[in-house]
Amino acid sequence: MNSTVKPSSLADVAHAKPAKVSVARALGTGLETRGVHAWFGKHHALSNISLDFAAGTVTALIGPSGCGKSTFIRTINRMHEFISGAAMAGEVLLDGKDIYAPGIDVTKIRLQIGMVFQKPNPFPSMTIGENVLSGLKLAQIKVHNKEELLEESLERAGLWSEVKDRLGAHGGSLSGGQQQRLCIARALAVGPQVILMDEPCSALDPGSTLRIEETIRQLSETMTIIIVTHNMQQAARVSDYTAFFLSEGGPGQMIEVAPTSEIFSRPKDQRTENYVTGRFG
Amino acid sequence: MSTLELVVPAPRKITTEPRRSDKVFRGVVTAGGLSSLLLLGLIAIFLGYRGFEVLKQEGIGFITQSDWAISTDDAGNVIESNFGLAAMLVGTILCSIIAVVIALPISVFCALYLNFYAPGWLKKTLVTVIDLMAAFPSILFGIWGFLVLMPSVEYWAKLLHRNLGFIPVFDMKVPVFTRSPFVAGVVLAIMIIPIITSVSREIFSQAPLDRIQAAYALGATRWAMIKAVVLPHGRSGVIGGAMLGLGRAMGETVAVFTVLNIVFQINWQMLLGAGGNVASLIILKFGDASPYEIKALMAAGLVLFLLTLIVNGLANLIVKTTGKSGR
Amino acid sequence: MATSVQPTKPWKPSIRERANDVVIFLISIISSFVVVAMTPMKGKLAYFAIFFISYAFLTSIFKATQRGSAAAKDALVNSLVAIGTIVTVIPAASILATVLKKGLPGISFGLFTHDMGLATPTDPLSNGGLLHAITGTLTLVVIALILSVPIGISTALYLIEIKGRFTAPIRFLVQAMSGVPSIVAGLFILSAILYPITKAYSGLMGSLALTILMIPTIARTSEEVLNLIPNELREAGTALGATQWRTVAMIVLPAAKSGLITAIILGVARIAGETAPILLLTGGGDKVNPNAFNGPMGSLPYYIWKAFNAGSPEAITRAWAGLLVLVGLVLILFTSARFLGSREILK
Repeated sequence: MNSTVKPSSLADVAHAKPAKVSVARALGTGLETRGVHAWFGKHHALSNISLDFAAGTVTALIGPSGCGKSTFIRTINRMHEFISGAAMAGEVLLDGKDIYAPGIDVTKIRLQIGMVFQKPNPFPSMTIGENVLSGLKLAQIKVHNKEELLEESLERAGLWSEVKDRLGAHGGSLSGGQQQRLCIARALAVGPQVILMDEPCSALDPGSTLRIEETIRQLSETMTIIIVTHNMQQAARVSDYTAFFLSEGGPGQMIEVAPTSEIFSRPKDQRTENYVTGRFG
Repeated sequence: MSTLELVVPAPRKITTEPRRSDKVFRGVVTAGGLSSLLLLGLIAIFLGYRGFEVLKQEGIGFITQSDWAISTDDAGNVIESNFGLAAMLVGTILCSIIAVVIALPISVFCALYLNFYAPGWLKKTLVTVIDLMAAFPSILFGIWGFLVLMPSVEYWAKLLHRNLGFIPVFDMKVPVFTRSPFVAGVVLAIMIIPIITSVSREIFSQAPLDRIQAAYALGATRWAMIKAVVLPHGRSGVIGGAMLGLGRAMGETVAVFTVLNIVFQINWQMLLGAGGNVASLIILKFGDASPYEIKALMAAGLVLFLLTLIVNGLANLIVKTTGKSGR
Repeated sequence: MATSVQPTKPWKPSIRERANDVVIFLISIISSFVVVAMTPMKGKLAYFAIFFISYAFLTSIFKATQRGSAAAKDALVNSLVAIGTIVTVIPAASILATVLKKGLPGISFGLFTHDMGLATPTDPLSNGGLLHAITGTLTLVVIALILSVPIGISTALYLIEIKGRFTAPIRFLVQAMSGVPSIVAGLFILSAILYPITKAYSGLMGSLALTILMIPTIARTSEEVLNLIPNELREAGTALGATQWRTVAMIVLPAAKSGLITAIILGVARIAGETAPILLLTGGGDKVNPNAFNGPMGSLPYYIWKAFNAGSPEAITRAWAGLLVLVGLVLILFTSARFLGSREILK
């Protein structure tokens, strides 16, 4: 994929962003995984991933299909366990606390770590406004200033100006890109610290993709974002760090993680270089 | 390019002349398909034709009166006859509504459990048991209902009467609890639970996975997810399933006949041991009916046929439209 | 190093959570006994109801203190769906248990070798048997099969392979037909054939009514099966120059074979115990009658019905034994349909 893209151009893109790597750690502890493994039944899908996601950064996970990227982010907000036969090992720490510890309320974890899916999936029976606030209803959270929260969430998702006059319309009446930003607004409304994005632009046209990337850049000022993408241009454009995953027959492994500009200009591992230069995958 | 004018050709007609073997095949299969259409028509025509004399004689009274009496002289000629289905129709509707009211919540809970709560092995086992239950012969439900279930149900009926007697439907003047519409309703409920459960299960399992995941990712509990995604998706399908059950309950014969005391008087008191049922009436009177009374029974069959046809038609329409719009 | 890591399932309830559950469970059982002992309520139902109310109540309260109101509602619904399932399964279990318990005493070797020609239902159990009923039911079913399978499957073929002008109305009517009450099917045969033409009860009349009831089951299930045959197969056949008839006969039908057999078996299971039309049409003889076209014909449902209505203890035992045989038949049919159906999916 993306075999026409020259490595130098990707590195340029990665360098062109304002450098945020240095200020990253100032915002808080953030999210950390320690030796995470994942299984589907007997199939060992993911092996020993230790990653540190500093607050206020965007981390892109890249790698060929089937390398365990999506499985990995699903272990982070405990969506992995919905698949029957699923198992895991290791720890996922949010603000230093293990989200898999016994006695932890999973629903609270998912409120702190939101998720945006590959295909936009607004709730069809709800209006735009109801969709944004649906998380509050689902988790039975009471807020006083619903109107403000609605506007703020849509504003942050970059959708407010487009829908403010038709909040009562159904979510399905929006275009694909708008629907995906609606889903982002929906995830934002419950006030998460972290947002996971599983190929959020793969079902969208290039224009909508750019709008979403803009939104991601703006959001990253206040929260941690982890994005799975097949589009290396996108990784270069939006992320501060990039992690390269690969499965060489066995379980998926993380080959390399580094500031995005380094991954695309001088990767340490030969396999990473092969992938980002399009010689592989 | 510019000098050429583009002429849009008229579309050609493509024709295929099927081979003779295909013509025969199509003919035979079409005939088979149409025969079901024909059969339904014939049922209505024949029952109407046989019952016409009685329907003409009784007029609208056939469904508004409750008497069912015929007297003949020694030669077998009819002296006087009075045929009215009102009590039977009321009884049929009462019993089947009781059945649906009991069966619907149980079936929906059961379908939710099967789809979203049960571990895989248990789900398989339970689905097999419930499907098997749908294949049990109705005479089995009837005899089991009469000999095993009825004593318990009578006890529940007494409880309801004693504690909730102030509500009109649980009230009664004479404390006779045996063979009441309530008992028949409970037996019918047990018979239609498998039907409503499997229709609901089917509809619930089509609830879109991406929205289920979206709800969970927003911190929903399982119930909050079901309320937000599954129930809105499945609502009208469940209603359709309930109507299929209603249709089945209305047409049930043997099971109801075994547990219901048939009385030719309109009775809305569900706990009182006096009820009616069109299908059971036919079995009850058929054995020693005179030719003229048989005609009345045919007319009763026609009424029952049309009633179930309407209910089932509506049910299928509802189930079908949700099946499509859900995707 | 990585291989030494063991998979875990941290989302499974911990020992402590399980212990909490067990404690709540025990408290609920105890409270049900206490309440039943102290109040005038009695009976199995009372234990059952109070146990479930207190279990649902206690788990909800417990969750509410731990996780708040959303979790409490979730716990309440957990209990409700479990109750719904238990209430659904109890009758099935009770029916099977009762049929076994009451039917087994009536089962003997003689039951399968004698008919009731010289016995009445109230005779001691050593007299007579249900040979006539078994042969009768088999005869009725076989004739109904011969009539309904061609119609049912060609209806399904019309709906899937021809997709002609009448597809929508036929599909609708087949569904409507599956809701025709069995007694109406009986009355129809009575009015259309028995009274004007044959003027006598016979097995054939019963079979005709059963045919009407069986067609929709076979047609609908076969339609689903044919729908699952991938279109590529048909296209491959057509692309090789086969006519539609040959494509269907040599590719589609063989591919759908076990599914179609499942459809037929389910149809048989549906009608084997059908009672109402049998009561109207077959006359219910007590002797083995191999001729379906002439003379009254016994069958299992008729036998059960007659014995049950005779009312004496011997007769009731006969009825249960007949029910046991009938349920055994349905069970065998059902299991073989399941078996064939699951094999179809495996392929």
